Amino acid sequence: MASITIRDVKKSYAKLQIVHGVDLDIASGEFVVILGPSGCGKSTLLRMIAGLEEISGGEIAIDGTVVNKLEPRERGCAMVFQNYALYPHMSVAQNIGYSLKVAGVPAAERQLRVQAVARTLELEHLLDRKPMALSGGQRQRVAMGRAMIREPKVFLFDEPLSNLDAKLRVQMRSEIRKLHRRLNATSVFVTHDQVEAMTLADRLVVMNGGRVEQVGTPAQIYSRPASRFVATFVGAPAMNILEGTVDLDGLSLLGGSRRLAMARAGLPVGTKVAMGIRPEAVRLVAPGTAGALDATVDLVEELGAGRVIYVDLDGASFSVMTSEAVHPEPGSAVGLKISPEDMHFFSSDTGTRLEVFKASVPEPAL
Amino acid sequence: MVERTPILNFVTHLVLFIGFLLAIAPFVIVVIASSHNLKDVNDVPMSLLPGSDFWLNIKTAWTTADLGPKLLNSFIVATGVAAGKVIISALTAFSIVYFRYPGRTFIFWLIFVTLMLPLEVRIVPTYAVVANVLTPYQAILDVTGISWLIEKVSGVQVSLNLGLLNSYPGLILPLVATATGTFLYRQFFLTIPDELTEAARMDGAGALRFFIDVLLPLSRTNMAALGTIMFLYAWNQYLWPLLITTDQSHAMAVTELKQLIPNVGGIPEWNIAMAGTLIVMLPPLIVVVAMQRWIVRGLIATEK
Repeated sequence: MASITIRDVKKSYAKLQIVHGVDLDIASGEFVVILGPSGCGKSTLLRMIAGLEEISGGEIAIDGTVVNKLEPRERGCAMVFQNYALYPHMSVAQNIGYSLKVAGVPAAERQLRVQAVARTLELEHLLDRKPMALSGGQRQRVAMGRAMIREPKVFLFDEPLSNLDAKLRVQMRSEIRKLHRRLNATSVFVTHDQVEAMTLADRLVVMNGGRVEQVGTPAQIYSRPASRFVATFVGAPAMNILEGTVDLDGLSLLGGSRRLAMARAGLPVGTKVAMGIRPEAVRLVAPGTAGALDATVDLVEELGAGRVIYVDLDGASFSVMTSEAVHPEPGSAVGLKISPEDMHFFSSDTGTRLEVFKASVPEPAL
Repeated sequence: MVERTPILNFVTHLVLFIGFLLAIAPFVIVVIASSHNLKDVNDVPMSLLPGSDFWLNIKTAWTTADLGPKLLNSFIVATGVAAGKVIISALTAFSIVYFRYPGRTFIFWLIFVTLMLPLEVRIVPTYAVVANVLTPYQAILDVTGISWLIEKVSGVQVSLNLGLLNSYPGLILPLVATATGTFLYRQFFLTIPDELTEAARMDGAGALRFFIDVLLPLSRTNMAALGTIMFLYAWNQYLWPLLITTDQSHAMAVTELKQLIPNVGGIPEWNIAMAGTLIVMLPPLIVVVAMQRWIVRGLIATEK
């Protein structure tokens, strides 16, 4: 077990900077998930921790030791790769035991440890097979076994579930979670899948464009996104955003067709503000209800347990998620009820969260 | 997709069959001629029904040309070239693909250039070097004046000499030093996913460990293909062995066949010559048949 300290870590290839100064502290035994869209630098960050990628600037320390100049094998990390990266010519047992063989562990002890790991992962009956003869889920488990057998200080996962089908992914997700609870080893898990991120993480790191956007528990990130990017990236369907402008006694939304009455809280008139509301926080009411917004239904997506209703709100697309048994026809009118406490406000220029508003219910413009 | 094209099938098979006949015909004639006696083999046209003197001719050819030791020489040289080629190709390709060092591109192009300089083109300088491997070093010493200095100081005249004429290294080394195999390996190494390399690094394997434990086992089919091709190439060498072996003890089987070919005005013993030919082409034939499956896999398929 080990803590990881990341201080102002940068990565650039020639002229192109991929990671712009990341700071992160990972406590011993913590399961941290790095979430972000593809190309945001999350894998690069992980590979810098592993030692597969050189660090262009800043410092990474594992257990207080700066590892910038250390070879991967000296860092005490084990990694699970996206494509498993099993040695195709070795049997499962040889694959799992290879790192011990390299380290010069005697054959007898090696066999015992491979057996033990195989038992944990239920791979005992497959030990003599070649990776070619395994299913995706089994290969995934062999890759895990290869990481586990070294009893590393840190586990690194590079999108390990993205090559599995949906059902196996859910199963492996819970297995990884259980495994972590048992081994309690510090783990860093990179993914672009937010469900994976939310379910696995003790702490979630959302990255975008080579920068950390927000660090927090999954619940914190969901309920208080620190930026417009985090708000729209985490949660499905994505949070609705309505653009607005601060005027004399409130916020004028959608080019002035709707407005929110509220205290201006020091923002100058004319400031551009984005108002966000999660689809699951909107309630459907009868059209014309007092204090509700009237909209036209565009499309209904049936999810079984609930449905997503896409509506047209004065030209802007807006989605509502409901578990009620309502099935509005496309083209019909509905009313949308929004509570002020569910609203999020972001600066339109910088995208950062604004805490200054005390909003009231949006009213139709006069 | 299932296609029914009976006419096309027939035509393609016909073409294949004609090609097969063209390829096999000389071989069949060698076998038949080697079974005739002296009179039958010189009949015009030669009878295409086998004669009865096959074993006798084989025995005569074997003793006349002293093929036993010659075949052994050929075998040693061909195996040496095949093994040397596989080792040097794998190592150079490993260096070019997996390491970043100054001058890497330059070295890559140097190797590439040797593709355009087969042994036959550079045969005179190669002979000079093999005749005395230390010639280049002697030249360096002479040009820099070091040998002059040594002579002045100690009175010893520096004259480096290490000749490889009439030796196995002399036969083998010039045939090993070409680039073809390096490219075969380079292409193969480039198909190996980076993640495998990284997994090995995470497992703590150093470069050499990775090479021996992962790359070499994965390139077994390449090794077999390259080895077979180089074995045949070396076995069939004519010009080079002819040039550097003056001593019978290092002569190779293919060049020694000449001894069996009748001289103008001599007895036209073509049956014996053909029997000798048959003996000499048998070992490469066996190698090809044995390795055929591997060659095809090594040359066309990347690992599944």
